[in-house]
Amino acid sequence: MGAVPEAETPAGSPYAVELAGITKRFPGVVANSDINLAVRRGEVHALCGENGAGKSTLMKILYGMQQPDEGTISVDGHPVRFRSPADAIKAGIGMVHQHFMLADNLTVAENVLLGAEASHGIRAAARRRIAELAGTVGLEADAGVLVERLGVADRQRVEILKVLYRGARTVILDEPTAVLVPQEVEELFETVRTMRADGFTFLFISHKLDEVRSIADTITVIRRGTCVGSADPKTVSSRQLAEMMVGSELPSPQTGESTVTDRAVLEVTGLELPGEGGGRPLLAGVDLVVRAGEVLGIAGVEGNGQTELVETIMGIRRAAGGSVVLAGQDISRASTLHRREAGIGYVPEDRTRYGLLATQPLWVNRILGYQSRPPVARPGPLGLLDRAAARRDTERIVAEFDVRTPSIEVAAAALSGGNQQKLVVGRELSGDPVLLIASHPTRGVDVGAQAGIWEELRRARAAGLAVLLISADLDELIGLSDSIRVMLRGRLVADADPATVTPEELGAAMTGADGAGHGQRAATPEPPPKPEGTAS
Amino acid sequence: MTALAEAPASGAGPPPTRRRGLRPWARSALVVAVGMVILSITATLTGQLQLTSRGTTQAALLLLLPILLAGLGGLWAERAGVINIGLEGMMILGTWGAAWAGYQWGPWAAVVGGTVFGALGGLLHAVATVTFTVNHIVSGVAINLLGLGVTKYLSTLLFYPVSQNPRQSPRVDGFDTYSMQPVADWMAALEAQQRVLLSDVAGIVGGLISGLTPLAILGFALVPISWVVLWRTRFGLRLRSCGENPVAAESLGVNVRRYKYVAVVVSGALAGLGGAALTLNPGQLGYLEGQTGGRGYIGLAAMIFGNWRPGGLLFGSALFGYVDGVQLRAGGQAVHALLYGATILAVAVAVLWAVRRHWRPAVLALVAGGLVYAVYLSIETVPREFAAYAPQLVTLLVLAVAAQRLRPPAADGLEYRRGEGD
Amino acid sequence: MTRVRTVLLPPALAIVFAALLCAVALLVSGDSPVTALRVMITQVGEGTTAVDIVNSGAIYYIAALAVAIGFQMKLFNIGIEGQFRLAACVAAIVGGTVSLPPVLHTIVIILAAVLVGAAWSGIAAVLKAYRGVSEVISTIMLNFLATGLIAFLIRPDSFGVLQGNNISTAPIPPAGQFFGISFGSAGTVFGMVFVAVALGVGYSFLLNRTRFGFELKASGESPTAATAGGVDARRMVIIALVLSGAVAGLVGLPELLGRDYAYTLTSPQGYGFTGIAVALLGRNHPVGIALGALLWAFLDKSALALDNVGVPREIVLIMQGAVVLSVVVAYEIVRRYELAAEQRRVAAQLRDAAPSPTPASTGSAS
Repeated sequence: MGAVPEAETPAGSPYAVELAGITKRFPGVVANSDINLAVRRGEVHALCGENGAGKSTLMKILYGMQQPDEGTISVDGHPVRFRSPADAIKAGIGMVHQHFMLADNLTVAENVLLGAEASHGIRAAARRRIAELAGTVGLEADAGVLVERLGVADRQRVEILKVLYRGARTVILDEPTAVLVPQEVEELFETVRTMRADGFTFLFISHKLDEVRSIADTITVIRRGTCVGSADPKTVSSRQLAEMMVGSELPSPQTGESTVTDRAVLEVTGLELPGEGGGRPLLAGVDLVVRAGEVLGIAGVEGNGQTELVETIMGIRRAAGGSVVLAGQDISRASTLHRREAGIGYVPEDRTRYGLLATQPLWVNRILGYQSRPPVARPGPLGLLDRAAARRDTERIVAEFDVRTPSIEVAAAALSGGNQQKLVVGRELSGDPVLLIASHPTRGVDVGAQAGIWEELRRARAAGLAVLLISADLDELIGLSDSIRVMLRGRLVADADPATVTPEELGAAMTGADGAGHGQRAATPEPPPKPEGTAS
Repeated sequence: MTALAEAPASGAGPPPTRRRGLRPWARSALVVAVGMVILSITATLTGQLQLTSRGTTQAALLLLLPILLAGLGGLWAERAGVINIGLEGMMILGTWGAAWAGYQWGPWAAVVGGTVFGALGGLLHAVATVTFTVNHIVSGVAINLLGLGVTKYLSTLLFYPVSQNPRQSPRVDGFDTYSMQPVADWMAALEAQQRVLLSDVAGIVGGLISGLTPLAILGFALVPISWVVLWRTRFGLRLRSCGENPVAAESLGVNVRRYKYVAVVVSGALAGLGGAALTLNPGQLGYLEGQTGGRGYIGLAAMIFGNWRPGGLLFGSALFGYVDGVQLRAGGQAVHALLYGATILAVAVAVLWAVRRHWRPAVLALVAGGLVYAVYLSIETVPREFAAYAPQLVTLLVLAVAAQRLRPPAADGLEYRRGEGD
Repeated sequence: MTRVRTVLLPPALAIVFAALLCAVALLVSGDSPVTALRVMITQVGEGTTAVDIVNSGAIYYIAALAVAIGFQMKLFNIGIEGQFRLAACVAAIVGGTVSLPPVLHTIVIILAAVLVGAAWSGIAAVLKAYRGVSEVISTIMLNFLATGLIAFLIRPDSFGVLQGNNISTAPIPPAGQFFGISFGSAGTVFGMVFVAVALGVGYSFLLNRTRFGFELKASGESPTAATAGGVDARRMVIIALVLSGAVAGLVGLPELLGRDYAYTLTSPQGYGFTGIAVALLGRNHPVGIALGALLWAFLDKSALALDNVGVPREIVLIMQGAVVLSVVVAYEIVRRYELAAEQRRVAAQLRDAAPSPTPASTGSAS
């Protein structure tokens, strides 16, 4: 691992931004722990780490959206305190969020000006300034165009324009290439290089190691809330970086009897989902097979189609092409309820929005998704519910899955995240499903609950359940899966055997560093493959 | 660098298309022209000359005014993200306030009184929806009830002693009416000549420029004024951002709550002004219980039809006001004739869609036209009871056809709590 | 315990606040709030007031139930007014036209009312589900159209007949009428009051013990969770609005079948909006709505009594409007408070019961 080369020190601080000893705690989790970051003026500094590593929190602190519990921030050598984004903006720091904050129905100019009308007014002077800056960021669209007409790359340019308009000299880019296709990425990098030559400083947050290496001057890696170290992109390799990001050792999967049978439970063939407004397709021909007793893990960075895949299999979204077959039955056109009745359990990635009714007691939540079947529903055409049975079963789930709650009458919102998730998992396993779709099942869950949920999933698998596991947590994926596929840009691009895959290979496949995913067709389903994923 | 174009001007209903289309104002002019031609043909062929007469147009104008103002009120509120169902209640408050100020101090005081009372109703709605994040529709319904109750109470208290009728105010003086002379006389002369198309146009134009009150002029002026304020000023931009993406606006330093408050109070004031327009209607001066007749809601429908833009709102109000005017002045026979006109319109629309190869909508339009024509042929005249509610039926039909092509402000109706954004 | 407080406190607060507001209004106009209150309370024991309150209360209860069915799913059926009047009118016409044995005749009338109410709201339901038209505006427009339709139907050359100086629908023979319970000079209670009670029981049963009720509440609380749980949103919208209209159809029947026996242009109206107010007051809860309905009826009857002592009866209207607004505000305030309190309570209970959870993942498996 190369050391950061000493830069020449002009008079005054060479560092545009310095974070020292930043610590931030939330209930139940330490998001940032004693982080140090030094960004030189005029450089592109990359910040790498997995989901949940603490990058977003750190950036929110730098941008004034959160206050650190400990630590200091300095801008150009002067210590500062940011109480709100307005303070950060005044200090010349601008943030381009991963999820754009643009109003579709307003024009480019209106979006840029909003809140900063005082600087150049809203008429000719403002338009002139916007035109100048548009040149800097490479925006060719007319400033009078409604934002909703713009493609993703142009919207990003508008976001950059917004921060420049407010006088930013240091620009934070949060996962800027997550939604761009390769040409757009190259255009963005060109713009960044040009602006860097003009003296702008960039803080570039990303997982995508190949891109990071091609644009950054310095790379800092964060893992689990702490700084793991810095690297010089010229000397470090993607593999080394991946190892820093995910740790030098991956958890060993449970050895033991393989419970995988050869009875296919879920067969997805050629699933297609077009993108919004004619953009990149969300699912571009996905094929996969999950067998009874098998856990198929889908690895991948968020935003590559995993959510859409799950929603399409569940029937919440309608596929434009392809088929979904469950235990021999074609459910491609079935409603969500019928798919559930056919034997699918679903642990959604956002339990508060998709899994629970927050103000209702736990036993009412037990009914959700099961309102048409025993034990919760009584047989007969009237659709009566058996409330006593719902209560009894909820007690059972609470006991079996160790849900910590004073009683089953409390509202779901009152439980902690981990206990909520245990309840959801318990519920979804209780309908005796043949397939369980678990999407980020331990996100936002404390370690104890996480172990409990993993144990339950293993037990169910041993009993013959097929599990489709989506996760960004490599511990989880490797620890639970019998086989792993990697999803990138709406396709399944690589297969991996959890017993033998190395972290670099997995990381590289997930981030596209190995060159896969740029137009390759998804591999056709086969019995769990022995060979490792493609290496770069 | 690239020449920066202006934001698109407010135009008629349909959202701008990518095709080589006309500028919005040209498109509006075209629609108006086509409408005139259809009306003219209808009037000539059915013999119902009153469809395009000066009297009908004047009546339409006066009836369109409260709807327009209510619609503008709805526009201001919804552009800031607050749904205002309580426009009816605010309008009722406005009619009362106008009558109370008007019978004591004259018509201009009536205008002020109506505006102030309506604004108070708006303030109440703002407190409920912005500070207490109550569901917008529930609050609006409550304000309608409250408006009704308060005005009835105050009428009994303050009007009854003077007018001996708790349902009616004492006599209120109205404005003098003005006509644009000598053009108005020319139009009248042209109309009397009964020439095809020319006389129809003359009748309508004549109606638009005679018998105007200052309030009517003010009301119409508020349309371009609203457009300028909301689309061309700093204040307007911030207000609209609250209705499009309040989280983004907040992150950029906009005080979302304050703008919502202002928008809703202005909304109430405009509805109140609409109430004043009813009270000062030359045909029926004064406050009369029940005089709003649902116009607050029709105003909302006009706003939806106009795609939340002042120009489109004007169109919608004109449509509803015109139908109202026809049924009031010319009765069931004329409404019956309108069916004929509707058939022609349906056929024209079908042809337009067929030319653009949208086969299914074209066929649907033809079928609809056929149905309307069948109804036209089977009855002699539209019964009085139905004619009276023709505007409401038109509202329903228009919404059913157009609702899905519309674009309300993105965060409309959102119960926004500060700091809820990421 | 806290549940009771959450449910009862907001209406109580609202009523107190509204009462204070009205007291102020009365003082301003030179009347005595104390006198007003005294008159309002004592008049309950006089004449037919108590019976009237029960009768009106039953009517308001049915209207509020109709509204509440829609409210559960955040659908605002403002069209109860038009639905119930049209249903009553058509039912009256049917009742005056057919000739059947006693109980059957009544049942046919009731059926007609339910079907008309359901059909009229069905228009709005279809428009909402398939065209995305706001049900608020469409139902309001339908209210107006119902007025026109009723006026048309009652014309002498349609279905109206001349009764003395009034035009009404053909009177319903005794075979079609609904029984009442007479208390002599204290008045006659409508038999349909029992129907109202049964409806309330049915509503409670539907909501709490059936799949449909569950899906209704779930859709109202979290449309996303409901969809993930297999609820068909479009189907729910249509069924909820149609059911709401069907119940609304019954609102005009107590008076039609228990007192008037014919429908005229001056037949009672306004119950639709009362239903909305009462449903809000009772927060969609069957017992809460019942109490709200009785309170509302009480206030209504007070208006007459107040008149007799020279206090403007419209004060009651203001009270009613103020109650509606303050109750929703009060609910919001109480809700925020209760949610925060419950989270604190549960966290405290768990803290006492078990050791605190360790901070997550400071290097576990790797």
